[in-house]
Parts: sequence; C-alpha cells; structure tokens
Amino acid sequence: MMMLHKYLILIIIVLPFGISGQNILIKNGHVLTITKGNLEKTDVLISDGKIARIASNISAPPGTKVVDATDMYVMPGIIDAHSHIALDAINEAASPVTAEVQMADVLNPFDIAIYRALAGGVTISHAMHGSANAIGGQCQTIKHRYGVTHPDELIMKGAPRTIKFALGENPIRVHGEGSKILPNTRMGVEQVFRNAFSEAQLYMKAQNDFKKGVTKNEPPYSLRMETLADIMQGKILIHCHSYRADEILMLMRVLKDYGIDKICFQHVNEGFKIAPELAAFGATASVFSDWWAYKFEVYYSTAYNASILTRNGVLTSINSDSDELIRHLYHEAAKTQRYGHLKDEEALALITINPAKQLGIDARTGSLEVGKDGDITIFKGHPLSVYAIPQMTIVDGIVRFDIKNDPDDMRMFISPTEKYTSFYESEAGMEHHSCMEDVGAWLFEGLHHEH
Amino acid sequence: MLTTTHIAFGQQVKKAEAGNFLIKNTTIHTITQGTIKGDILIEDGRIANVGSGIVSKEARVIDGTNKHVYPGMIDSGSRLGLQEIGSISLTKDFSELGDFVPQMKALTAVNPNSVSIPVTRVNGVTTVFAKPQGGTFPGTGAVIDLFGYTPEQMSAGAEGVIMQFPSTGRRHRWDSRTDEDISKDAEKAIAKINDMWNEILAYKKIDSIAKATRTVWDNYNPQMQAMMPVAYGKNPLFIEVNAKNDIEAALQWVKDKNIKAVFMGVSEGWRIADKIAQAGIPVITGPVLDLPGREYHRYDASYTNAGIMTKAGVKVAIRTNDAENTRNLPFNAGFAAAYGMGVEEALKAVTIHPAQIFGIDKMYGSIEKGKVANLVVATGDLFETSTQIDYLFIRGWNVPLESRHTLLNDEFSERTPGLK
Repeated sequence: MMMLHKYLILIIIVLPFGISGQNILIKNGHVLTITKGNLEKTDVLISDGKIARIASNISAPPGTKVVDATDMYVMPGIIDAHSHIALDAINEAASPVTAEVQMADVLNPFDIAIYRALAGGVTISHAMHGSANAIGGQCQTIKHRYGVTHPDELIMKGAPRTIKFALGENPIRVHGEGSKILPNTRMGVEQVFRNAFSEAQLYMKAQNDFKKGVTKNEPPYSLRMETLADIMQGKILIHCHSYRADEILMLMRVLKDYGIDKICFQHVNEGFKIAPELAAFGATASVFSDWWAYKFEVYYSTAYNASILTRNGVLTSINSDSDELIRHLYHEAAKTQRYGHLKDEEALALITINPAKQLGIDARTGSLEVGKDGDITIFKGHPLSVYAIPQMTIVDGIVRFDIKNDPDDMRMFISPTEKYTSFYESEAGMEHHSCMEDVGAWLFEGLHHEH
Repeated sequence: MLTTTHIAFGQQVKKAEAGNFLIKNTTIHTITQGTIKGDILIEDGRIANVGSGIVSKEARVIDGTNKHVYPGMIDSGSRLGLQEIGSISLTKDFSELGDFVPQMKALTAVNPNSVSIPVTRVNGVTTVFAKPQGGTFPGTGAVIDLFGYTPEQMSAGAEGVIMQFPSTGRRHRWDSRTDEDISKDAEKAIAKINDMWNEILAYKKIDSIAKATRTVWDNYNPQMQAMMPVAYGKNPLFIEVNAKNDIEAALQWVKDKNIKAVFMGVSEGWRIADKIAQAGIPVITGPVLDLPGREYHRYDASYTNAGIMTKAGVKVAIRTNDAENTRNLPFNAGFAAAYGMGVEEALKAVTIHPAQIFGIDKMYGSIEKGKVANLVVATGDLFETSTQIDYLFIRGWNVPLESRHTLLNDEFSERTPGLK
C-alpha cells in the first residue's frame, strides 16, 4: 500500500508538467522587460514556448491559458550563472586538470533544489563543476524543467559550452597540500595553466601536421587536449572561480599570452580592487551579494563589489552557488541598492540579461522581448522588495511553479528503502557552499563551509 | 574624502561621538507604544524623553524629517565576535572541548575589535546574543552591544547557559548513520542528559543545604556553579532543538524536570506550534533564510515558521545564527514578515521579544523614556533592502557608519590611480 501511495504522488506531480506547447497570456501586469523599460498594464503572450507579443489588451487566442497579473510584476525568468543544483557529482578532484569531464553526464532531474529554485523565480542555472582543480570540468547550462525525468531534458540545447577554472586556496589545498603535487602556491597555479595550454598547442600542431600529411603516424587522441584546444579557439567560455586581485590579474595575463579573450570571473570577491583592469580586458564578473570572511582569501571583501564593478563598466551578475541562495536571488540583487544605490534596472540586470550574456544565451533569454524563450516569473510586490513573493514561474511556456497549485511534497523520487525521511540539522548560518563537494572529507575543517 | 592608503586595514576611521542628541520631527517606531510623530532626546546614553516639542539647550539637533527611528535590532543568536574567518579554526572561539562545559563564557572570547562587528551594526543591528555551540552544554552565551572596546563595555548584562538537546536529525548530508543508529544514539543521549541533570540537582541540594545552614563548603566545581542559576530557576536554559520529535521530547523533558526554558532553532516549530504555545516556552528561531530541514517539506517552510508559531501564540524572537553576515537580520525578519508574520510582529521579534527573553526589557527593546539609547535612524522601512541607515546610536554614542565594507568602497569605487 505504501508503495502504491508513493507512485501516486509521482503521477500527480508529473502529469501537469507533461503538457507542452501551451499558449499562455499574462494579463495586465507591470512588465519589467529589463532591456526595453517598464510597461504598465501590459499583456505578454507566449505561443509555442516563445514570447509572441507584448502589448496592451491582447485578446486570448483559443486554447490559451490566461493568467491575471493585475498589480503583479512580470519579469524574465531569473538566471543563475553559478550553481550546483541538479547534479549527482561536483568535483573530479583527482587531477589539477580535468577538462575532459562533463557535468552533462551527472545531471539529476529529481533534485528538489530545482523546484525550490523555481519557487524563487529562477528558470535557468549554470550547473558547474567544483573548484578543486585549476582547470575543472565542463559545465552545463540547464533549464529548470522540473517534472521531466530524463537528465538530458534539463539541458538548454544551443547554449554555448562552458568550463570551470579555479584559482587560489581550493586547488592549492586539494592538490598541493592534499596530494603534494602542483599547485602548492599561487605561483604554481599559474604554471598549471601555462603547462596545460602549451601542451594543447603542441597537441594541436601534431594533429594539424598529421592532417596535412607532414607526419605519417597519427598522434594519440586526448579528450582533455581536444577540450583545451576548443578553449583556445574560443569555442568554450571560461568561468573561473577566483577571489584575490593578484590571481585574477595573473589569469588575464596568461589568457592574453595564449590569445584567449573571453572569461567570466566567478565570485571575484576582490574584483572591485581591479575593476578598471577587468573592464579593459573585457572580462565579466559573477559575484555574491554579500558573502565574505568564510575563508582568508575573502576577508578583504566588500558588499559594494557588484556596484563598484557595475560603475566601472564591468558586466556583472549576482549568483548563488548555493541551494539556499538560489531561492532568493531577487533579494540578493536588491542588496546592491543597500550597498551602492544601483538603480532598479541595474539591479535586475544582475540576475537576468547580464548572466544571460555571461552564459552566451542572451539572444534567447534574459529579457522580455518578442521571439525570446517563454521564461517568465511573476511576483507579488516589486521583485527588489524584501516583501516580494514569487507567484508563478514559467519555463518555455510551461508553468513549472504556481503558488496556487503548490502541493506540500514536491519530490519526484522517493527511495523505496527509506523508512523515515531524514531531518537534516540546519547548518544554520553556515553558508551552503557546494564548490568543494566530493572532495575528501579530511579537507573539511570542522564545518561544511567550503567554497 | 578619506584617501589615506592604509584605511583598507582599519574598520572605523572616525571616532564615535558622545553627547546629547535631539532627533526632531521624525517617525518613531516605539514598538511598545505604537508609531508616533515626534522627537527623541538622548542624554547620558539613555532615552531621556520621547514626545513632541521637546527642547534641549545642550543637545545636538538631528533633523528627522522623513526619517524613521527604530530601536536597535537584537539578534538572539549569533557567533559574532566569536569567529573571525570561517575556515580558519584558530580564529574560531565558539566551541570548547568537552560535552559539559557550561562555565565557558562567550563574553571572555568575544573580540571587541572583530572586523565583523562594525559590518553588522551599520545595518542597524546594535545588540546580539553571542553564543557558544558544540557539545551538550557548550557554554554560556552573552548579550552584547556592538560598540565598545572591552567585553565590560559591551555587555548588556544578560547571559544564558546553552544546551544542545539530543537530536534525532542527521548532522548533515554526509551523516551516514542508519535510522536505527540515530535513534539509539538519541536514546543514549537522553539517558546522558538525565544523568547530567541528576548530578546538577544533587549539587544544588548540597549547595542549598550549605546556604541554608550557612556552612562554608570548600569545593571547586565551575561546571556545576555555572548551572546553578538554571537549577534554581533563576535563569532560563537556552535549549537548541529543531526536529519535531526532538521538540516534543524537549517539551516533555523540561516539564518533567520543571526547567524554565527558551527553545532555540525550532526549525520544525510549525509542525507543533500549538504545543509550544501551550507550554508557554518562548522561541528564538532562525535563520529564516534557510533551507527546509527535509526534502519533502514546502520550499517556504523556513520562511513561514516564525509566522505560524506567532499565530499559535508563541513568543518568537528571530536570529541569524550567523557570524560575519549577522548584518542580514533585518532581511531575515523581512522575509518572515512577508511570509505570514506581518511587519509588526517581525519588528517585535528583533526588539522587545528578545529583550524580554533575556530579561533586559526594562532597558532594551523599545523606544521608551529611560531605556538605553540604542537607536537606528533609517530612510524608510527598517527591513526593506534598499533602505539606508543615516544614524546609529549605541548606548547614546553616535557611532560612525563605517566598516571594512564601506571603507573599501570609499577607497576603490573610483580607484586612483586607475588604469595607468
């Protein structure tokens, strides 16, 4: 009986999400387009998963679901440029260079964190490899289609390839302190990159020589080298975990030497110290709103980071890197008004069009424009108010979260051997960082607070 | 402007200003007497008067037009001052060795010059309950004001013995004990706290006989002495307890032992709010911005918890349980307010309720004549994210609104030299 009951739950949850291609008309909202200003009492029509029209008094075509958004705020789905939700593994920590591994291979569509993110208005996240390695694995931009059961259905098709890099304490601690191999210092981290890119150059030359017939023996194939070659040819965007100003300057010098010009620095807590250099390079920044002091390399931080970077012309986003924070990125963005007086449009751009640009998906997402994906979130109260409450989140024209139809238990998978469902003692006040998950427990110093 | 090169390493350049202050024509959120328009006079560190048309010859006048004055917020549970850098154990002083160490005093280890203290107070948090954590009786927490250069200058005069109630929850995701092991561990732990309590009562009996007979009793037992205010029912025991079953067990335990208690954490309080209300036990809950404790719980379980308990009749205070980001207390309260608690109750949860829970409500927690002048002058709603704090008074000191975060902003927002 118990088993049957559990299957029933599964069916109830999956069915409403199975509908595709539904047309939705959102009526009479305050529409925050992000790129084209704010529109009062305006309707947004989604047809076949795309935004078809934005205007007042659109009449609903037959078969259209109508959502009354009177006195509500309608904005593009929030995008998180740094998260680790929907993943079964995070760190392949066995080598300082693991460019060949892919987060697409470890996607978990049953992760309840996806639903919780939807309930915070987040429609897209960047499922990243962890920060154990200087050159980590390839990340995956996913859409929060909670309800699908095949891992591949989370993948945002057409999103550019991205890869995780990491500087500073984490790769040093894991490899130098942990395994007594390079890198053991920030000097060593630089050499890991130079070694890897130089090796990849030789690899590419050997492959080309063979193709041109200069050499007769086919050189051995290496997925790691192929990936590094793709990075150097601009086919993969780099997202680099970083904190200190000096290490960020180092990586920009290395990239310049190898002709790589696209990079988004992640966390980049000391980005504010070198904002002019970041802007000159054309690097972008994806930061926490206010996390600091959880380790030494973030002790000299400021919550004004995002506003200083923005004022200096660095394209900036606010990310979560946390199952908890991802649920209220709208609030994290609002903190740039407490710390730096960013305007509403600037603050909202930090969680919409800016992360879309950093992930290379801004042609399709990040703003409300005709032709873009039907990824929309509706708020009661202005999204930058502490009192805002997300009401509905739509992904590709399918309602994935509706506060009016929000059963208590939203799990899709329940272990048949589970007798009691576990209560996890809150690691209250310990930030739920996940960048160092899957790294040996001996590396955790007391609390799960590594990032 | 401040342009010296070393300011990034300081945390406060300006000195706090002593004296008398008169905040004129402002909106006063008294908490206990409603919201009124009027003036507040600060003299000798106290609120000397609240009303309209107040005149003072000595006081420096601050125009409060279009401003909102609130009592300084109190965070009812934090590691502020006891932790400097999360990943560096040598900078963490909240967890002493031993399972029964109630004599460990947070006030001893609070670092008055912690960089996180100014970072916290510039958001309007003026007072925190800095508390140890770790074993079953990890120590004694202290209520401190966030201005002062010695523990004595900071102490708000209240302390509380902490207890971690035996937990049937998993400690974290990597806790691989079976459910059976967890319940066995919990049974053992309950037996252990019963033994501990029996020993405490035995000590109390000897102590009370000695007192009654005026016998000099040569002994040295700091653990037991630290427990006496609780054993005699003079002070409450601050019990950390979170899962529903554990809350139920704790309710029974404090009833059986006749212990005056305050519950802390109480993240599943919403599942058993009526029983907590019936027992008349106040609750310090939070953080509000936290994940639900179970995968099958509603996404907003932590947001709604404080409101549900309040509606059931529980006296609720809110904490961050944080260290360096204790400054997010107003936002935790704001989320609780939005998700069912309402602004008025959420304000009480960070002002008068904590003051009452810690027994310092004669001096703290509201804007009333005679109370300690811990005041926040804000541009608007205290919890709203975009609100700015314009003035901060702690014990009547006009505290500069500077911290490492504002000073780094001053230095780097328009960096000189720039690119060249």
